[in-house]
Amino acid sequence: METIILFAPLVGALIAGFGWKLIGETAAMWVSTGMLFLAALLSWIVFLTFDGTTEQIHILRFIESGSLSADWAIRVDRLTTIMLIVVTTVSALVHLYSFGYMDNDPQWPEGESYKSRFFAYLSFFTFSMLALVTSDNLIQMFFGWEGVGVASYLLIGFYYRKPTANAAAIKAFVVNRVGDFGFALGIFGLFFLTDSVSFDVIFAEAPRLAETQLTFLWTQWNAANLIAFLLFVGAMGKSAQLFLHTWLPDAMEGPTPVSALIHAATMVTAGVFLIVRMSPLMEFAPEATTFIVYIGAFTAFFAATVGLVQKDIKRVIAYSTCSQLGYMFVAAGVGMYSVAMFHLLTHAFFKALLFLGAGSVIHAMHHEQDMSHYGGLRKKIPFTYYSMLIGTLAITGVGIPLTYIGFAGFLSKDAIIESAWGAHTEAGMFAFWLLVVSAFMTSFYSWRLMFMTFFGKPRGDSHTHDHAHESPRTMLVPLGVLAVGAILAGMIWVKPFFGSHEQVSAFYGVPIQATEAADTTDDGTAIGWSVGQGAIYTHPDNQVLENAHNAPKWVKVSPFIAMMLGLGLAFWFYIVNPTLPVRLAANMRPLYLFLWNKWYFDEIYDALLVRPLMGIGRLLWKRGDGNVIDGFLNGVAMGIVPFFTRLAGKAQTGFLFTYAFWMVLGIAALITWMSIGGVH
Amino acid sequence: MIQSDLSIILPEIILAVYAMAALMAAVYTSKDAMAPLLTWVTGGLMVALAGWIATNGEGTNIAFNGMFIDDGFARFAKVAILLAAASVLVMSQDYMTRRGMLAFEFPLLVALSVVGMMMMVSAGDLMSLYMGLELQSLALYVIAAMRRDSVKSTEAGLKYFVLGALSSGLLLYGASLVYGYSGTTLFSGIILTAQHGEVSLGLLFGLVFLISGMAFKVSAVPFHMWTPDVYEGAPTPVTAFFATAPKVAAMGLFARVLYDAFGLAVADWSQVIALLSVASMFLGAVAAIGQRDIKRMMAYSSIAHMGFALMGLAAGTVFGVQAMLIYMAIYVTMNVGAFAFILMMEKDGVPVTDIRSLNQYAKRAPGRALAMLILLFSLAGVPPMLGFFGKFYVLRAAYEGGLAWLAVAGVIASVIGAFYYLRIVYYMYFGDEGEGLDKSGSPVLWGFLMASAAVMLLGIINMFGVEGAAAAAAAALVN
Repeated sequence: METIILFAPLVGALIAGFGWKLIGETAAMWVSTGMLFLAALLSWIVFLTFDGTTEQIHILRFIESGSLSADWAIRVDRLTTIMLIVVTTVSALVHLYSFGYMDNDPQWPEGESYKSRFFAYLSFFTFSMLALVTSDNLIQMFFGWEGVGVASYLLIGFYYRKPTANAAAIKAFVVNRVGDFGFALGIFGLFFLTDSVSFDVIFAEAPRLAETQLTFLWTQWNAANLIAFLLFVGAMGKSAQLFLHTWLPDAMEGPTPVSALIHAATMVTAGVFLIVRMSPLMEFAPEATTFIVYIGAFTAFFAATVGLVQKDIKRVIAYSTCSQLGYMFVAAGVGMYSVAMFHLLTHAFFKALLFLGAGSVIHAMHHEQDMSHYGGLRKKIPFTYYSMLIGTLAITGVGIPLTYIGFAGFLSKDAIIESAWGAHTEAGMFAFWLLVVSAFMTSFYSWRLMFMTFFGKPRGDSHTHDHAHESPRTMLVPLGVLAVGAILAGMIWVKPFFGSHEQVSAFYGVPIQATEAADTTDDGTAIGWSVGQGAIYTHPDNQVLENAHNAPKWVKVSPFIAMMLGLGLAFWFYIVNPTLPVRLAANMRPLYLFLWNKWYFDEIYDALLVRPLMGIGRLLWKRGDGNVIDGFLNGVAMGIVPFFTRLAGKAQTGFLFTYAFWMVLGIAALITWMSIGGVH
Repeated sequence: MIQSDLSIILPEIILAVYAMAALMAAVYTSKDAMAPLLTWVTGGLMVALAGWIATNGEGTNIAFNGMFIDDGFARFAKVAILLAAASVLVMSQDYMTRRGMLAFEFPLLVALSVVGMMMMVSAGDLMSLYMGLELQSLALYVIAAMRRDSVKSTEAGLKYFVLGALSSGLLLYGASLVYGYSGTTLFSGIILTAQHGEVSLGLLFGLVFLISGMAFKVSAVPFHMWTPDVYEGAPTPVTAFFATAPKVAAMGLFARVLYDAFGLAVADWSQVIALLSVASMFLGAVAAIGQRDIKRMMAYSSIAHMGFALMGLAAGTVFGVQAMLIYMAIYVTMNVGAFAFILMMEKDGVPVTDIRSLNQYAKRAPGRALAMLILLFSLAGVPPMLGFFGKFYVLRAAYEGGLAWLAVAGVIASVIGAFYYLRIVYYMYFGDEGEGLDKSGSPVLWGFLMASAAVMLLGIINMFGVEGAAAAAAAALVN
């Protein structure tokens, strides 16, 4: 069944991509969508019937070279099944949604076929993502990792006639390359140290890695820390963490369903998945995980601040995604892998919902994306309004404090914040405060988006506003389904993800004696079982879960208070007194510009990296390649060789005596060569 | 004693007796009217002999007190020679008949020259070497000048004769030096003199003269000057013959002398062969660029290819000889196909040899153009055609024989050489519109062209077993 799940999207992609001329565009779209719904249905069956024991489904031998051997195999464990439902569900809904959204796209001239190509890309992306999450070894994972990168590149640049879309696609690809370099180094390192790329072997070796020293860049490192760090660099690129985040907002150049699928729900969470998948290694790399906590917290904070002032509806949500990914990394960094996965799951629902809702708004407003031209759309597109309202309630974390009743985000985000506090470390406390502040800002910008779009008076083009219309049913059905998920996902799964130790262990198939091994040994490695049994691994010393549950009441309530403050402030700014934000921006212009320009990251990178590198590239191209290499070869090919050709032609006089003369010369030369150059 | 000697040399005797008998028969009957039939019969006999030699020969047989050696190496070369000669004969019949050039002497002269070639590769003595060489050469002098009414053809024949005589003189001088310093003409005796310590300088001088005589036959630089003129002047079927069988024979003789008589002085002759090799490769590649006549171009092409074959020889190892044999087998196959194409190049019944006449040929005859493209790519050494593997073998042999510089030079030369092959492809596919060639030519030519092109592609699977045969042949020679 897992094999069908993995390959159904590939079949769909191939049929839609190469067969659409045969079966027609609409049929191709239905085939790829049908394949995805099939995969989604099977994924839910697998998820709900999964009993917790890890199993491997061998498909074929992928690489066999020396001691390097990599299978193509599906690893079915709890992590995989969670990712399966996230990926296939969102993807299937996005496929369906695209029927409406991509219809009559004004980017394309009349009569040009583009839809089946779009669906083929989407399906190909889904296949790559599934290959990534089902992988049993690092090579296969890297294949999926790069596959989603390619699909992302193709889809961001889908409007390839738009220069900005091409630039954004290239930027996404290049920035990801930096991260992938780290990831690749991490894989090399693991292969170097363990002589294997298989997860089972690597996990079992993790305790030994923690005691191994590795020389890299002329410095001694702790192997576990170094490799965890390198893997995290890969995760940073894919998941748009601070310093490698710049591509994500630009990626909004792609069609909105792409943003929902790739840049909110699935691909960008691959980094989080990687860290969680490597949890046995992470648990033995305390310095690296501390680094992860800091980066995650900073990202959450940074992206939230930038989101406060953006005007483009998709950019606001993009920064929100960036920020939420930071939350997930904090959870993973403090050792609460289960909670990171919890937020990944709920976030997939409500963020996809928000993006698709935004797409519905954009669709209604004839592809206008500037929120300052919206306003008062509540009556025009009520269904979209209500679904986005649910999404906003979910992301801001509305619920009843100190209970397990609330929207999806309430449960998962609060779990992260409590976990950060529960880490009882300096980094954890730091992250805790940053995340609470970020929760406040999240609430503010999310409600700002709602108020600017759906409330107040219509701004901007009145003609567009008058013609605003509700989206077709193919777009509204996905919104409805995701809205259900955004409401219920948290409440249903809070216990397995963030319940007692026993509940979580059972959910992930971690052997129960592993949790009791803490007192059997003191060096961290438990007796009688190996690291890596079960989908995630938590060190016996890892007490964050208990600490989080025993957190004081003020810790548990703080995100709720932050959320209420954000809501109130947004209400005051955008409903009660709409002129205030404008005046505030004028009064605090430097701060406003700082945020508006995204902390000037792009400008700094441009000056520090892009320009010098372009300069070096241009130098090597024009001078190095053009003048030196081409010049040399052209000189030889067009100057020296023809010269000798003419010479050879002249020697061929046609006279017998010349020929005889050459022969005599030749024998003289040979005799001389033999006498001088010979061994005698 | 005599009987066993004769049974060893039986194939040569059969061919020689056949040639003489057929000559008598034709003279006293219908003369030239018999020529087409004789051509086919001669070709058929050669193929039959090739089959017989290939299947029947076994081990090493020595006849006439060591003057004639029948070993695996000789058999490999003989089969190649016979098949190449038969192919060229069959290909030329239609072409020459239509132009009234087909005298009944032509197939018989070819047969006699083939007898000479078979002697050459089996020679175990300086005497039998010279006998085979001269038999071959005399027959070739005549067929080069076959068109007595054409100035170019007679000029080619005369030039070849005079220069051939000079090279024979050099070779004989070398032979006398060798005899003088070793006291024997038998190869097996010459090699014994080198066993006691080092080879005397006089013997080496003799060797160099022998080498230059043989280098003339393989048209290695700087003894190559006759090649373009003779290739251009001689009728195209004769050129095709020149480019194939005699080259194999001369290479075989080269290897025979170097290993059987001077096998203990490898370090001495290796450097000389390497020099010839590198000069041939570069001159062949560079000079061919300036040619507009496809026959002249093929002359330089064969010079360059001989340079590559010599590279295998220069390596001085068993693998080197094997590489050389493989290279020659591939070279002959490619050239048969290429000349089948050239024989088909005509306009209004008149043969055309200007390469610019091939402009847009692919539009008129896509199948032939494609076959020629494959052959040209193969000649240039582009993978995955067989020609690439030929080059690869000799380059590897040179590298493993400690001549890395020679291998590097070979690669550079083959890059330069690729230009003129690819230029023809360019003309055929992307050339200017213009008056093109006719789509004529006999089905025989068409068949040879297609078969040769197919071999270039299909041969990469197992080379039709040539690799193993060449390895056995090389092992028989170098011991």
